Amino acid sequence: MEKRVVFRSSWLPYLLVAPQLIITVVFFFWPAGQALFYAFQRQDAFGMNVTFAGLENFEYLLNDSAYLDSFKTTAIFSLLVASGGIAIALLLAVMADRVVKGALAYKTLLIWPYAVAAAVAGVLWGFLFAPSIGIVTFVLKQFDINWNWVLHGDQAMLLVVIASIWKQISYNFLFFLAGLQSIPRSLIEAAALDGAGPVKRFWTIVFPLLSPTTFFLLVVNIVYAFFDTFGVIDATTGGGPASSTQILVYKVFVDGVKSADLGGSSAQSAILMLIVIALTVVQFRFVERKVNY
Amino acid sequence: MVERRPLLTFLTHAGLIIGIVVVAFPLYVTFIASTLTVEQVLEVPMQMLPGDQFWNNYAQVLTGGSTRGSTAPVGPMLFNSLVMALVIASGKIAISIISSFAIVYFRFPLRHFFFWMIFVTLMLPVEVRIIPTYKVVADLGMLDSYAGLTLPLIASATATFLFRQFFLTIPDELVEAARMDGAGPLRFFKDVLLPLSATSIAALFVIQFIYGWNQYLWPLLITNDESMYTAVIGIKRMIVGGDALTEWNLVMATAILAMLPPALVVIFMQKWFVKGLVDTEK
Amino acid sequence: MASIELSNIIKRYGSGKLSNQVIHGVNAVIQDGEFVVIVGPSGCGKSTLLRMVAGLEEVSEGEIRIGSRVVNNLEPAKRDIAMVFQNYALYPHMTVFDNMAYGLKIAKMDIAEIKARVSKAADILEITPFLDRKPRQLSGGQRQRVAMGRAIVRQPQVFLFDEPLSNLDAKLRAQTRLEIQKLHRELGITSLFVTHDQVEAMTLAQRMIVMNAGVMEQFGTPEEVYNRPATTFVASFIGSPAMNLLKAAPDAPHGTIVGVRPEHLDITDNGWALRVDAIELLGAERLIYGRWLHGAADEMVTIRTEESAAQPAVGSTIHVTARPGKVHYFDAATGQRRELTA
Repeated sequence: MEKRVVFRSSWLPYLLVAPQLIITVVFFFWPAGQALFYAFQRQDAFGMNVTFAGLENFEYLLNDSAYLDSFKTTAIFSLLVASGGIAIALLLAVMADRVVKGALAYKTLLIWPYAVAAAVAGVLWGFLFAPSIGIVTFVLKQFDINWNWVLHGDQAMLLVVIASIWKQISYNFLFFLAGLQSIPRSLIEAAALDGAGPVKRFWTIVFPLLSPTTFFLLVVNIVYAFFDTFGVIDATTGGGPASSTQILVYKVFVDGVKSADLGGSSAQSAILMLIVIALTVVQFRFVERKVNY
Repeated sequence: MVERRPLLTFLTHAGLIIGIVVVAFPLYVTFIASTLTVEQVLEVPMQMLPGDQFWNNYAQVLTGGSTRGSTAPVGPMLFNSLVMALVIASGKIAISIISSFAIVYFRFPLRHFFFWMIFVTLMLPVEVRIIPTYKVVADLGMLDSYAGLTLPLIASATATFLFRQFFLTIPDELVEAARMDGAGPLRFFKDVLLPLSATSIAALFVIQFIYGWNQYLWPLLITNDESMYTAVIGIKRMIVGGDALTEWNLVMATAILAMLPPALVVIFMQKWFVKGLVDTEK
Repeated sequence: MASIELSNIIKRYGSGKLSNQVIHGVNAVIQDGEFVVIVGPSGCGKSTLLRMVAGLEEVSEGEIRIGSRVVNNLEPAKRDIAMVFQNYALYPHMTVFDNMAYGLKIAKMDIAEIKARVSKAADILEITPFLDRKPRQLSGGQRQRVAMGRAIVRQPQVFLFDEPLSNLDAKLRAQTRLEIQKLHRELGITSLFVTHDQVEAMTLAQRMIVMNAGVMEQFGTPEEVYNRPATTFVASFIGSPAMNLLKAAPDAPHGTIVGVRPEHLDITDNGWALRVDAIELLGAERLIYGRWLHGAADEMVTIRTEESAAQPAVGSTIHVTARPGKVHYFDAATGQRRELTA
C-alpha cells in the first residue's frame, strides 16, 4: 500500500527519521556488527588482543556439550511454555466467550498478569515453590511428593515453565478472545441448525477458523520463551541446578558477563540472531497469508 | 439461541473461576507475605490471612530496603522505574511517529532503505546483542545514568510499524484538503495526523509503559550504583542465600510495589491496553 | 412438511423497567407446503420473527408450533428446519461438498446416502462442478446456491430464508427469485421468506405477512394485499409508485383518508381539479405530480399514464377521476381500512 498524495521536501523527511535512525545505528547496528565481528575473533587470556579465528568459535560451540545441552533445554522449555500457555489460554478464552454475565469482570481478572515483570513472576512462583518454606511445597508434601528444585533439574524446569506460562496467559487469552469474537455469528448459528452441539461446533468450525491466531501465537510464544523469560530464570534458578534451566539467552549472559568470554558469547549471540531472523520471517510470511473469510 | 445446557454453563463459570483463582493465587500469597514479620513468613505452612505488619514492612522497604540483602531504599527505585517507563514510552512514541510520518508521507531517496533498517531491528532484541550494546553504552559514559537506561530501548520497530499501518488507513482526501487549505507538512502533522492518532498513541503508551517499567536484563547490566536501581532489579538483590536467610516479607512487599503501577495501568486503561496489544502484533 | 403456527408471539429485550418490546402479539397460521413471505421495512421485526421460528432467538411470550409440536424450548437442531442466511454463512474452510454434507454427517447418515442427497441437490441447483471448491472461489450467486443446497439436503419440514437475495445484484436477484420459485414448485416444502423488498414479496409469496414496527398489519395473498390493503401502511408499502393517501380529497367522508393508486387515476374532463406540478418520464410510463387547485396545496397527487398518452403542460390544470371500485377509505385516526357502503 502506498500513499498517492505526498508532501515534497528535500530536507524535512531526513530530519524526521534522524532520531530513530541515529539511535538504531548507535544502539542496534553498531553493537550487532560488533557481536558479529567478535564472533569470528579469539581473545587472548588477558582480553587484550583479538585475532581472527574464522569459524573457530562456532565449531567449538557446535561441539560443546554444554552449548548443545543449552539448545536442548531451550527447545524443551519453549515447547512447554508455548503449548501450555496456548492450551490453557484457549480453554479460558472459549469459556469467557460463552458467558454473558460477568464477561468483563472475568476478562479484567485474567489479563492483569501481563503487567507483571518476568523477574517478579519468577520471584512469586519461586516463593510458592521454595524448597523449605513454599506453600505449594508444603501441600505437595502432604501428598508425599518431595519437592526441591534446587536438587532436581526437571523440577527446576517445571518451576520456570509454570512461572513463564502464568505471565503469558493474559496475552494469549486476549488474542484468542479477539479471534473467537471475529468468527461471524451466522456460522455458529448455521452449524447449530445443522445439528452440531457446542463441543462439536468448537472442534469442526471454531478451532479450524482459529488456526491463524493459533499459529501466530505459537510463533510469538516461542520468541517469548526464547528471550523474554530471562528475568524468570535469573530471579529463580539462575540457570541451575547444574545448567538444567540454562536456556540459550541465559548462557549468552553468563558466558559474556560472568565469564567475560567475548568470542564465545558473541558467537552464541550470532546464532541467536539467526534463530530470531528465521522466526520473524516465519511470523511475517504467515501473517501475510492470513485466511480471509 | 435456544440452547439449554445448564451443565455446560455451570462448568464454564466454574472453569473461569478456577482460572481466576489460579492466576490470582500468587498475588494473594505475595500480599499476605508482605504483611507478616520475618518469622511468620518463614513458618511452614505460612498463614493465609493478612498479618499486621503492613505499614511496617512497606515503610521499611521504601526507606531502607531489606536488612540482610540489598539495603537500598525502594522509594527511589520506584522513581527510577517511573522515569524509565515514562521516558521510554514517550520517547518511543515521539521518535516513531515522526519517522513513520516521514516514511509514509514523503517520497525521498533511501526511503525504502531506512524502512528496512528499522524493520531489521525487530530481529535484534536486546538479549541478542547484550554484551556489545553494554560496551557501547559504557564507551559513551552512560552507565548508571537515565540516558543509558532509556536511550538504547527507545528505537522500536513495532511502534513505527503501528503508526505506519495506521497512517495508511487515513484517506488521501484529508491530505489534499489540508494542502488546499494551505497547510504544509508540519501543520498537517500537528493539526490533522496527531489528533487522529490519539487512540493509537494511548494504546501504544500503555504497552510501552509496561514494557519500560518491567525491564530487567538491561538495567541489571548497566547499573551498579544502587541509586540507579529500578524496582524490578531491587527485588532480585534482596534475595540472598537460601530460603531461610531472605527476608521474604520485605521481598514480597517490594514485589507488590513493583507490580502495582503497571497492573493499575492495565486495569484502568484496559481498552487502550487491549487495542495496543492487538495493533502492535499485526 | 408441516404447518407453522404463531400464537400471540411477543418478543422483549431486557427485563423489568428497562425492557423493550419489539414484537407485539403476532398471530398467524402458515399452511403445510405454503410459501409465505414476511415483508416490511428495516427494523420492523421480520428477521426477529424468523429467528424465533428457527430457535436462534428466545420467545418472550406466546407459542410457536411446527407441525403439531410446540417448539419454543427446542434447540434449533431439533426443530427439523433449515435456514438460508443473508450472508450465506458457508463454512469457509470446507469444500462445497463438505458444507452441504456437514449436517448429514452429524446426523450419522450413511455415506452413500449423503453422497446421493448432495449430488441430487447439486444437480437441481446446477452447482455440481463446484463440489470440490471452497466458498471463497465462488461468486456471490454461486455461494447463494450452495447455501440453498445445504438447506435442501436436510429435507426438513420447513425452509427459512433470511433476506437471501439482498447481497446479490439486481440481475442475479431476478434470476435467483425464479430459481427459488421453481424449487418450491418441485419440492413443495413449507417456506418462510423474509425480505424488505416488496417486489420480491409480491412475486414469490403465496401469502404475505406485512409487518411494521413489530405489528403484523396484514396477512393475505398478494392480490388481497394489493387490492384490499388493511391499513394505510400496507397501502403505501405495497405497489410502486406508492398509493396516494389523500386527506384533502373532495367529497371524502369526514375523518377518512382516501386511497387510490396512481395507476387507477385517469385524466378526464371533470373530476378532481389539480394543477400539474412536475412530470417524470420513465420510459414506458409517465408520472404526473399534481397539487389540489382548491385548498390543501401541500398535498401531492401522483398519476400514472402511458407514455403514449397526451402529456399535459407543467402548471396547467387537469382533472382526474378514480376508476370505480379502486378507491379505498381508511380511518384517519387509526389508519385501518373502512368499508363504506356507497
